[in-house]
Amino acid sequence: MTGLLQVIDVCKSFQGNVAVDHASLTVEEGAVTGLIGANGAGKTTLFNCISGYYHPNSGTILFQGKEIQRVQPEKLCRLGIGRTFQIVRPFGLLSVLDNAAVGGYNRGTGKKEAYAIARECLALVGLEDKLEMPAAALNTGEQRRLELARALATRPKLLLLDEVMAGLTPTESKEMIGLIEQIHQKGMTILMIEHIMPAIMSLSHRIYVMERGAVIADGSPEEVAHNPRVIASYLGSRGGGTEYAEHH
Amino acid sequence: MIVLLAAAVIFPFFAGRYMMSIGVSVLLMAALGQSWNIMSGYAGQFSFGHAAFFGVGAYTSSILYVDYGVSPWIGMLLGMGAAALLGVLIGFLSFRYHLRGDFFALVTLAFAEILRVLFNNSAALKGAEGVLIPYRDVWQEFQFRDDRIFYLILLLMVIAITAFIGVISRRKFGVCLIAIKESQGVAQSLGVPVLKYKLAAMAVSGAAAAMAGTFYAQYYGFIDPGTVFTSSISVEAIVPCIIGGSGTLSGPLLGALIIVPLQELSNSLFEDVHGLNMVIYGVLIVVFIMFCRDGIYGALVKRQKGVET
Repeated sequence: MTGLLQVIDVCKSFQGNVAVDHASLTVEEGAVTGLIGANGAGKTTLFNCISGYYHPNSGTILFQGKEIQRVQPEKLCRLGIGRTFQIVRPFGLLSVLDNAAVGGYNRGTGKKEAYAIARECLALVGLEDKLEMPAAALNTGEQRRLELARALATRPKLLLLDEVMAGLTPTESKEMIGLIEQIHQKGMTILMIEHIMPAIMSLSHRIYVMERGAVIADGSPEEVAHNPRVIASYLGSRGGGTEYAEHH
Repeated sequence: MIVLLAAAVIFPFFAGRYMMSIGVSVLLMAALGQSWNIMSGYAGQFSFGHAAFFGVGAYTSSILYVDYGVSPWIGMLLGMGAAALLGVLIGFLSFRYHLRGDFFALVTLAFAEILRVLFNNSAALKGAEGVLIPYRDVWQEFQFRDDRIFYLILLLMVIAITAFIGVISRRKFGVCLIAIKESQGVAQSLGVPVLKYKLAAMAVSGAAAAMAGTFYAQYYGFIDPGTVFTSSISVEAIVPCIIGGSGTLSGPLLGALIIVPLQELSNSLFEDVHGLNMVIYGVLIVVFIMFCRDGIYGALVKRQKGVET
């Protein structure tokens, strides 16, 4: 089985602290793959390895069959890996349109085309009325959508979403689920980290569960939800309420 | 903007000798400020050593002129090239070790200081004596009897640097520099070649400061390490941007226009108090950083756009 993205036996530690421990996963082309686990399980570290911000200590990451574990983020973006960040960081001084255009330039395009792509992606996420507004003036929900548009404007083949629903109201979350569904319908392959269980259960075709840096389970949402280890990980002594408290 | 430009063009035809010298000081600070603006205001790489580029520009053209008879016009271009290379070198060494913010600023300061000491102690580079530019009224040699021509040339330089910033700020380069300033990590994720762009910004910024350096040498006719590589030159590049608004097109111009007259005023009011201008810089910087981070121009723009600061 070969996927668009294959993470094979990746380890990443920081001064002896193991953050990702022999993790492997496969993202099938055209599918939505979920990555869940308690805080500190190593999900974002793994994301950072995939998108080039960290280089793994060992293991292989294949994107379209090519090894990418030593490639820089900007080159990966050109190869077709787009991502969002857990903490939204819009370019506040730039207008909404310019924000998306930074992504639009990724395909080696001229100004006209970059801005056309930017407008198209902003329309998709519903920000077409705020093009000239400085990004700093957007609310959290809008900033999340801007970030999504910005990543989409790079024309990725694989989209990495790191908790795109964090900080959103229930209504906004629902809209975001619809939006991700829509992007997926257009043929985008998505790998997403999410804490909101109903969201990831309804969106994902396959879910990987991480605990203490390792992938402890994977399967369909149904399978994962009934896996005893996953239940223990989430409801056991370390998970549950404390996790929420750490996060906030 | 157009009114300001028109006023700047006709200014020398009405101004006396004293006012002319103030006009040149304003423009010199504006040129330095705009050069700093590219690398630090737009790209967010804070330089505390713009004197390095300024001095390299001044010395390259001056030594080539005095010792080898090369026209300072050509020397200016060579100096700009040398300063651009210096910018790339400083940038490459710093970014290789992932230096940012304060540490990066310290490296730029260190380079300026190293150059000052080097020029001060090296006989081949004229040592502490500096270079005296012999006066000959020949335009091919960047010399003019009439100060108004000097003034207009400097004005042209300021316009050129400002126009350059105006053009890039609407294109990929400028937009991506601001993206890098705001979040280098996010810019990378969007495919911006961060290292290349930062080095390019440093090269252009260095070249612009070097251009001002050559002008300084030709206008005042004398340079030494203590005047062109001194950190007060670096400060003069920073102050107009912080007061006027760094990362904005007109901010540094506005800043220079405010500071120089203020400085002259304080010098004439308190003739006996030396270094008072530095005190004024200090107070202004503190006040602006505390109450008006975006500078005067930045604050005006933000108010217009309706963003809470």
